[in-house]
Amino acid sequence: MIPSDYVAVVLLILGGIFFFSGTVGLLRFPDVYTRLHALTKADNVGLGLIVLGLVVQAESWFVVGKLLLIWLLVLFAGASASHLIAKRALHRGIRMWK
Amino acid sequence: MQMFYFSLAFFLLLNLCVGMWRVLRGPTVADRMLAAQLFGTTVVAILLLLAQTSDNPALRDVALVFALLAAVTAVAFVRRIWPEKRGFERDPE
Repeated sequence: MIPSDYVAVVLLILGGIFFFSGTVGLLRFPDVYTRLHALTKADNVGLGLIVLGLVVQAESWFVVGKLLLIWLLVLFAGASASHLIAKRALHRGIRMWK
Repeated sequence: MQMFYFSLAFFLLLNLCVGMWRVLRGPTVADRMLAAQLFGTTVVAILLLLAQTSDNPALRDVALVFALLAAVTAVAFVRRIWPEKRGFERDPE
């Protein structure tokens, strides 16, 4: 187990924890808006940490570039999609829970 | 090391199944769409992990395409399934 494995294991575990928190948030939060908030956490940070964990293990720079590209795409897609859904939910009159 | 990757991928899969509960119970259509968003991201993470363990670079392209499709489904949902209602009348939920 070379040191880069340890770093990767720690990053991957943290990523898994954020994914778990995103799912718990999706289940526990009272309304659409707060669930969106929890969901994008799982997207951005959870996937980001997993990608970082994999980047540490990656062999070539090409793989590193592709992994970061995937993460950036999910970042932008998740952010814009949640914005769209929240705006439309607001227009359709879904009330916030408080 | 490989066992760790598989266990993490399995944990993410369990995460996915727990997320299914929101699909069943979600009061509004948007909640079910959120679960689909969570699926998209979780499957991308699982694919990347499997690509790393099985040394199969093609899986990374699959993850990329999946991320694209997840984005498109969200936009399609908002534009098609959930059109803008005239005026601001309140929904029951």
